[in-house]
Amino acid sequence: MSVKTEPEAVSTIGESRGERIRRLLSSRLASAFAVGIALIWTIPTAGLFISSLRPEDDIRATGWWTFFGDPSFTLETYNYVLYSTSQGGGLIRNLINTVVITIPGVIIPVTFAALAAYALSWIQFKGRNLLYIGIFTLQVVPLQMALIPLLSFFSKGLAIGPLTLMPAWQLTGVQTIVQVWIAHSIFGLPLAIYLLHNFMRELPTDVMEAARIDGASHSQIFRKVVLPLVTPALASIGIFQFLWVWNDFLVGRTFGGGEATRPLTAVLGDMAGTWGFGWTRLPAAAFVAIIVPLLVFLLLQRYFVRGLLAGSVKG
Amino acid sequence: MNVSQLTDRFGLLAVGLIAFVVVMLALYGLAELASRRNRSRLVASVFLFPAVLFLLLGLVYPAVRTIVMSFYSSDGSRFVWLDNYGWALSDPDAVQTLINTALWIIIVPALSTALGLVYAVLIDGRRGERTYKALVFLPMGISFVGASIIWKFIYQYKATGNQIGLMNQVVVWFGASPINWLNTFPMNNLLLMVVLIWIEVGFATVVLSAALKGVPLEIIEAARIDGASPAQIFWRVTVPSIRSAIVVVAVTVFIATLKLFDIVRAMTGGHHGTDVLAHNMWDQAFRLGNDGRGATMAVLLFLLVVPVVIYQVRNMRRQELEAR
Repeated sequence: MSVKTEPEAVSTIGESRGERIRRLLSSRLASAFAVGIALIWTIPTAGLFISSLRPEDDIRATGWWTFFGDPSFTLETYNYVLYSTSQGGGLIRNLINTVVITIPGVIIPVTFAALAAYALSWIQFKGRNLLYIGIFTLQVVPLQMALIPLLSFFSKGLAIGPLTLMPAWQLTGVQTIVQVWIAHSIFGLPLAIYLLHNFMRELPTDVMEAARIDGASHSQIFRKVVLPLVTPALASIGIFQFLWVWNDFLVGRTFGGGEATRPLTAVLGDMAGTWGFGWTRLPAAAFVAIIVPLLVFLLLQRYFVRGLLAGSVKG
Repeated sequence: MNVSQLTDRFGLLAVGLIAFVVVMLALYGLAELASRRNRSRLVASVFLFPAVLFLLLGLVYPAVRTIVMSFYSSDGSRFVWLDNYGWALSDPDAVQTLINTALWIIIVPALSTALGLVYAVLIDGRRGERTYKALVFLPMGISFVGASIIWKFIYQYKATGNQIGLMNQVVVWFGASPINWLNTFPMNNLLLMVVLIWIEVGFATVVLSAALKGVPLEIIEAARIDGASPAQIFWRVTVPSIRSAIVVVAVTVFIATLKLFDIVRAMTGGHHGTDVLAHNMWDQAFRLGNDGRGATMAVLLFLLVVPVVIYQVRNMRRQELEAR
């Protein structure tokens, strides 16, 4: 990371940049603006959280702000959306799908990316630059370009004319989750390779050369020297990919088979889209999906920001 | 939830992870063998094999296939030349989709970057800067679907009686009658954009705030001693100094906006004149079963990122030259 992130950057001579510009707008107006933005960015989420704790009849009758005048809350809605066998319930099943999808959906691409990034930054071979530029370019190719053929690849196999290169996978039931693993691994690779390549290229050349002179092979250097040094980077990229997979709607909806095997966010997206008679349970259902990534995000924000800055400020 | 549903899923997870570890160990053994013989080309191939295989089979080949499919009929059986493109440029709904996409990719990156910059400047050095930043950054951790649900409740409409949506409640407090926000074209497009801006401003703030800390104070001091006003300092010193960060933020948000599917799907389903390319592509291919048109929409989406691709590659080439 090439940018300093000290919280209070105050000039030794006088005031900070922010203070100067604030003076222009008059301090009060600036304060009001900053506080206003902070509020607009917080109130909607808080409102949904309050709604999720109110009895369904209340949600139907009045807005969440009336809660403060007449507080009554219940965990019944959470109970229903997670465990009920009736319509719109039993989401625990989809929550487990999300977990089962997310773990390999993070581990596979990050592992593959680490291997590839090492080869691209420290092994000399012909065409290395061209390959790297190719992968770098794939980063911005919208995944929509791949959806239709990739789905048909799983369901119909791959054939050129009469020649079958790969038979159909014929996955059924829970097995369709394998498709989601693979799809997420593919779509996560370009960014992960790019970020890890950025980190690995910055490793000190003398350390790498010393290891070579000591007779270490590439695989040994990768395992014993490079991996320990890039652990913080792996953490950043792991968090990126975790948030992306857990929060994903499109890939899970397209490759996740029937409703029973889809991840939670995909089911939730459809529920929100139809806004059926169970809409009063949406706040609780949404919070079940939101809470895990939000906690991870809050606790590991430092790593997330580091990855973000490595990926953007340098570019 | 019964036990078999649990064992099914976690069984699959265990099998998957074990299979993955076995494959990786085999690959590593291969790399080790190749390394010992010092054949770096072979070692590189082993290291690159899984990633390159996935990218070729899962991204490059499908992308080419999609381009081919866009010249074929709905089920891919008949070559129809440019018929699908003709449809995309003449059908009123498809044209509306293109117009909406154009508005999205201009408005969302511009507003997200501008708001993020202003906010970053205003909170720079202020007491509680971290908290201010964290509050605005928080929506980054929420899924697009979650954000859509949050905002759908804000926009909720009831013709009579107590309002449930905050926006309509405010309207009612001011004595007006409630508005069916999401069904009212063309305003509903802007209201959907608000959701994405709400998510992206946090990203812009964090990146630009870090960039602001990197502006050398001496330059600002010098400008001040020369009698520059705060506005002049902002426009002539601060903004040019962090220009590259601003461009990166705008480009990143631009790409995210272009690919946006979730918010439209979860809030309006593309109805009431709110469809965008990335959503219409999915709708055509997977709901209406028209692969040809879906592929065409995907190709149009791709054409819009081509300038970004060219820009990025040129940028990288330049950086490599500078590094030498």
